[in-house]
Amino acid sequence: MRFSWLRTCLLCVLAVFAVSCVAAQTQSEVNKYLQEFEKTTTVKVLPNGLTLIICERHEAPVFSYTTFIDAGDVNDPSGESGLAHMFEHLAFKGTTQIGTKDWAAEKVALQKVETANNAYEAEYRNPYGANEAKLKQLHQEFLKAQAEAEKYVIPNQFSEVAEANGAHGLNAETGLDDTQYFWSMPENRLELWAWLESSRLADTVPREFYKERSVVLEERRMRVDSNPIGRLVEQFLATAYVAQNYGRSSIGWPSEVSQITATEAMAFHKKYYAGGNIVVAVVGDVDTKTALPMLERYFGRVPTGPKPEEMTTVEPKQFAEKSVVIREQTQPFYIEGYHRPNYRDPDDAVYDAISDIMSNGRVSRLYRSLVEKQQIAAAAAGFSPFPGEKYPSLFAFYAVPLPGHTPAEMRDAIHKEIEKLKTTDVTDAELEMFKTRARADLLRGLADNQGLAGSLAEYQTRYGDWREIFLQLNKIDKVTKTDIRRVANEVFVASNCTSAEIDTAPPAVAVKTSSAKKDGGAQ
Amino acid sequence: MTKNRDRLSVVSGQLEACCDGSALKGHDRGTRAAPGSRAENRAKVIGALAPEECGPRVTNVCLNRLMRRIALAAVVLAAVAPACSVAQQSKPWEKIPVPALHPFRPHQPRRIELKNGIVIFLQEDHELPFISGSVLIPGGSRDVDAAKAGLIDLYGEAWRTSGTEKMSGDAMDDFLAARAAHIETGGGEDSTSLSWDSMTGDSDQVFALAMDLLFHPKFDARKLMLAQQQEATGIVRRNDDEGEIAGREAAKLVYGANSPYTRQPELATVTNISLADLEAWHDRTLKGKLIVGVEGDFDSAAMEAKLRAVFGTLPSATPLPPRHDEFAGPKPGAYFINKDNVNQSNVEIVGLGIDRHNPDVPAIVVMNEILGGGFGSRLFQKVRTQLGLAYAVGGGFELPYDHLGVFDVMVLTKSVSTVDATKAALAEIDSLKTQPFTEAELKRAKDDILNSFLFRYDTRSKILAERELLEFYGYPANYLETYHDAIEKVTLADVTAVAKKYVHPDKLAVLVVGNGPEIKPPVSELGMGAPVSIDITIPMPQRPQHATGAGK
Repeated sequence: MRFSWLRTCLLCVLAVFAVSCVAAQTQSEVNKYLQEFEKTTTVKVLPNGLTLIICERHEAPVFSYTTFIDAGDVNDPSGESGLAHMFEHLAFKGTTQIGTKDWAAEKVALQKVETANNAYEAEYRNPYGANEAKLKQLHQEFLKAQAEAEKYVIPNQFSEVAEANGAHGLNAETGLDDTQYFWSMPENRLELWAWLESSRLADTVPREFYKERSVVLEERRMRVDSNPIGRLVEQFLATAYVAQNYGRSSIGWPSEVSQITATEAMAFHKKYYAGGNIVVAVVGDVDTKTALPMLERYFGRVPTGPKPEEMTTVEPKQFAEKSVVIREQTQPFYIEGYHRPNYRDPDDAVYDAISDIMSNGRVSRLYRSLVEKQQIAAAAAGFSPFPGEKYPSLFAFYAVPLPGHTPAEMRDAIHKEIEKLKTTDVTDAELEMFKTRARADLLRGLADNQGLAGSLAEYQTRYGDWREIFLQLNKIDKVTKTDIRRVANEVFVASNCTSAEIDTAPPAVAVKTSSAKKDGGAQ
Repeated sequence: MTKNRDRLSVVSGQLEACCDGSALKGHDRGTRAAPGSRAENRAKVIGALAPEECGPRVTNVCLNRLMRRIALAAVVLAAVAPACSVAQQSKPWEKIPVPALHPFRPHQPRRIELKNGIVIFLQEDHELPFISGSVLIPGGSRDVDAAKAGLIDLYGEAWRTSGTEKMSGDAMDDFLAARAAHIETGGGEDSTSLSWDSMTGDSDQVFALAMDLLFHPKFDARKLMLAQQQEATGIVRRNDDEGEIAGREAAKLVYGANSPYTRQPELATVTNISLADLEAWHDRTLKGKLIVGVEGDFDSAAMEAKLRAVFGTLPSATPLPPRHDEFAGPKPGAYFINKDNVNQSNVEIVGLGIDRHNPDVPAIVVMNEILGGGFGSRLFQKVRTQLGLAYAVGGGFELPYDHLGVFDVMVLTKSVSTVDATKAALAEIDSLKTQPFTEAELKRAKDDILNSFLFRYDTRSKILAERELLEFYGYPANYLETYHDAIEKVTLADVTAVAKKYVHPDKLAVLVVGNGPEIKPPVSELGMGAPVSIDITIPMPQRPQHATGAGK
């Protein structure tokens, strides 16, 4: 026993020694990779404002791309939550050339759909109450117009052509801050891809919009309504924010997303899908010299447009502690969040340090305390920024109670760890570990075409320079123990806190009130 | 900031991830969901739900990325031709030249078979300064006694957290974290594994530590208890998410509730597992035919010598006895599980399928594409695009490597359209036998599979993983090539024949998980008789551990 104890101590000493060597070594390693990427990466801003990035990697005859739109659901106009995401679905429905049998005729038919929908929704929202018979009739007329327009549709042709040509991982994602479209393809389809992608950016049409709206409502039911954590997080954010759109349901409140119109989606496209708001990054087996002129030709078709105006709303300073309690027949859960500045704040890397030290792996403070030592949680972590990064966001902590333990215990235990952060410096080893892991994680990401395309496009958008992927390490290196204490004391205060929890309700109540329920099985 | 996005994705969303042992071990190449496995297929249909690289499962709730970002497609898919042939004026994309693909010779790993039967793969790659490796060990949860269900989860967790005689798990955590290195252990249905990775400069030390853990683990009572608590958390939470319920219970309908493939850990079985059980499992399985894979920034000759020194001295490997699994398949009919707090039904239409050894696999894979594989598939076109009844819809035959899989079609739809959506999905399954496949469908399905085939081996990592997989299940090393060529040769007659031979609408079970009172018309309107209700109450031991109301 003694022997192994001694050995462990020795290894710890060695560990500290080795760390500083590794740090220096990886720093120069990182610079080496930056220089290599500078040789293989080309950025070109087209006359319409759109930015193209090409990064050559010739490992295999494939490429990946990401189209990064600097607009997401945070930009949804009032009353139209979920619009950015609805548009993203529309972007797979084709253009005036693909997905239609006869665009001229379809266009006329789509205008009739829009008119019919407007008439229906006007009656639906009749301030004196909708007339049921009239509503029914208007709905019939809408369905008729929709069926008429569908005659011209070749459903899913855009996606089919992409996939029949080898598109792999074809998908898109809408966040609060941005919308991203992406897939990978064999390199000999580069021009075909450029045609497809530039077409849908430049030439989207409001095809099959209202059926897709039903699909998105199903998506909402899956992610939010029928998922306990989904429900909790939606309420948590709605409570944490009083003014800024980060507090709004990102997939959309049901009443709003169910009444978004194709006209509104197209207006969103016109405003936010202009050249100046788009970065397209291509990574893989591409010859920049021949590819660039070809890509310029295709992506030059995207309409010119200025960057849309920045939003005026700034979340006012929180001055009251807030909490949400959901009592239902679901296992308990606890989450809390503190407002923090956005990603451009000089302390951004300090927040990264705090989340790493508090949450990363089995050595993290929350794991060691709540999971390992106190044995009250199955998992616990702190992370930021959430739910977005472009605007002032939250630093959130959560814990998953073990059976028999409560959200209140999670809160108290998390608060104890936060308090330690405020009153005592983190250790040298902890700080060094954070920096080492940040460097290694950066390098680990460099071998993945799709991941790289996403990072290049995102950093180019957010910092105006993709090299910030590497340069951010300098900020990380400068984080000190004092920074961590200072930030913890500024941010982690009760008046800046919103918490949300699920308290498990006893099952008996629900069973008694629901006489129609015939099937057994406790949830 | 972006690096944080990944970490962030670790923290938003679904809880089942943190508590569900098997699917989650980020670093374990060996225990990933095998391609074509049930876990993989379900993840595909639900979308990006497949957990990302998560590190130790207990530290990170792999809440999914979706909580923060909403993805377009619930189905990661493939394309098939539209059924209609169309008078489109021009197809400008068809005029775009598609030149010959740049020549490409996938970089195969070096395979070394030791005299004792152990197989080593070396995949040298100097692009980045990292070395990673894994040891795949045959034997998993299907080989565990029913009374000890959950053993593999506890073993996979406690093996690493316990550490070795020389270095405790906690000390190992510190040692590795300081170097941004990892050593992880884990287990799944048919195997367990140990994996490691580190920067090149640390690789000797990390490798030595990994080997110490492989050969000299010191299972620790406290770490076992921690793992048991984690497992208990997963058990009491397993009915919180209806998708998790649906997937699990549908598999039970097909394989039987007590089959080695579906039996689930219970509080009683988990508390019944001792340190001696973990040790015995370790000693037994380590005698098996190990598969060792190492990739990254090393010199192959030196690495070979190093691995021979470690593994070459072991006694001859003892293979596991062959399994003889037999499954009856589901009792046809409708099944129902009520869940009060949802407004969407999870519908699973399931039957007993085939395994990957089946010579008809190429034609079945093409049929899968036509049925439920993509944006252009019959299910997607009908249920999502045309009817707007679902966001997530898809399915087909799963193709496990060594046992019969499930035929599974799933649809998620709002409560009131449960019957409509289910009937629509059933009609598409029927259509495989009644609506002739067209040349256009066949071409699109094959194009889709073959043109993206490259992505199975476009990185050295993927090639290595594939080779390990084939080695593990005893498939020939050139399996992908012959599989590719066989798909190329599939004809309309082949697809028609497999539809006739393997699609049996009358043998399917339909499971609905949803909010009973909201489902109108009710499930009984499916025309499959009164639905059989399934009890999913979580059995609580006589003297609850320290659980108040857990699972109730």
